[in-house]
Amino acid sequence: MGKDSKLILDPLADNNPITIQVLGICSALAITAELEASIVMSISVLFVLGIGNVVISLMRNIIPSKIRIIVQLIVVATLVIIVDLVLKAFAYELSKTLSVFVGLIITNCIIMGRFEAFALGNGPWRSFLDGIGNALGYGVILIIVGFFRELLGSGTLLGFPVLGDPIEKTGLYAIGYENNGFMLLSPMALIVVGIIIWIQRSRNKALIED
Amino acid sequence: MEHLELFFKSIFIDNMVFATFLGMCSYLAVSKKVSTAVGLGAAVIFVLAITVPLNWLLDQYILQPGALSWLGEEYANYDLSFLSFIMFIATIATMVQLVEIVVEKFSPSLYNSLGIFLPLIAVNCAILGGSLFMQSREIETLGLALNYGIGSGIGWFLAILAIAAIREKIRYSNVPPALRGLGITFIITGLMAIGFMSFGGMLTGGDEEGEPTTEPTASIEVIKEDIKKEEAKLKSDLEIAENTNK
Repeated sequence: MGKDSKLILDPLADNNPITIQVLGICSALAITAELEASIVMSISVLFVLGIGNVVISLMRNIIPSKIRIIVQLIVVATLVIIVDLVLKAFAYELSKTLSVFVGLIITNCIIMGRFEAFALGNGPWRSFLDGIGNALGYGVILIIVGFFRELLGSGTLLGFPVLGDPIEKTGLYAIGYENNGFMLLSPMALIVVGIIIWIQRSRNKALIED
Repeated sequence: MEHLELFFKSIFIDNMVFATFLGMCSYLAVSKKVSTAVGLGAAVIFVLAITVPLNWLLDQYILQPGALSWLGEEYANYDLSFLSFIMFIATIATMVQLVEIVVEKFSPSLYNSLGIFLPLIAVNCAILGGSLFMQSREIETLGLALNYGIGSGIGWFLAILAIAAIREKIRYSNVPPALRGLGITFIITGLMAIGFMSFGGMLTGGDEEGEPTTEPTASIEVIKEDIKKEEAKLKSDLEIAENTNK
């Protein structure tokens, strides 16, 4: 039990896929201008990585190692097509906002990285836990970045105005607060992730690179 | 003119790394030295130049709604676009493998400098992203698709070259310990991206009336920006109207 729970808990902090393993950055940055998009993206990755890890782990003894990358890509691509179709059916607006980034889950390095590093050498149950753990670690960072970018950028959370109305000048806006539209632009995502890395590493000195 | 516009747009305005964050993983992992960065950058240009036109052909003649009509009337109603992810990634993976074999056979020296990066590229988001953006932006001709592939490749090349050069120099600076390595690279990339945003006015020449350079499909940011602009315009219009009323 102790070992299994480690599989889920480790990637949440000390072995986080984004801030420590440096995997899956692309989508983490591009779609985090809104909290809702970040949450949906995290759930999609959770689904793809959890199921994909199990599938690869079940097939690990029959995949010839020379063509394993193509096999892995096909498995991921199939799962991503499912996610894409589900999103188009139930959340069409959102799937328009995410545009090509749903497709880019295929080349999300977290997924290939976990297949290579874990699922090819471990049983289905442990691979499943590893997939869930890493996807949660990825989701945590996405949600933190999305939270701050939406809150500071447009003063809303999940579309609800939490800081008051900027046009009617209520809430915080009454005392002269302004939304920082810059937070919605792409460069700020990089800087927010940079700051998260900074905070994490100054709290845990063992992670510092030299 | 159309070609020139797309070329510069894909290098600077829609730069793969700074505007859409594609290929960030290898961008961060392989940018410690300029020489390896050049190798990977060259390989990306090469593979994009091959896969984007190829996937354009696939998209036009197999995947799009009605694309199969060249087979005969009864095929005109098929819409295979849900297969595009799997087709694109399979094309990319096989092409990368093929290019690797061909280069190894005919030019061992090129293989030695490029070879180790080629397998990495199959899973580089910049390559799949190039094909997916090509599809969502509805590029019209094969020539433009080739142009788009090469242009975005060069944009990616410039970005990784620049960050590798900066990372080589930054070793001599006194960065706070917790920010060393990954953290500072993120922040520098953010600052570079802010710089690249200024290229946005390049094609309009700063003229507000010029034709819009950003397509609505590009990304949330672009759409957001447009909304912001419109809001600002509406607000100023309102103010003017109020003032004149007074």
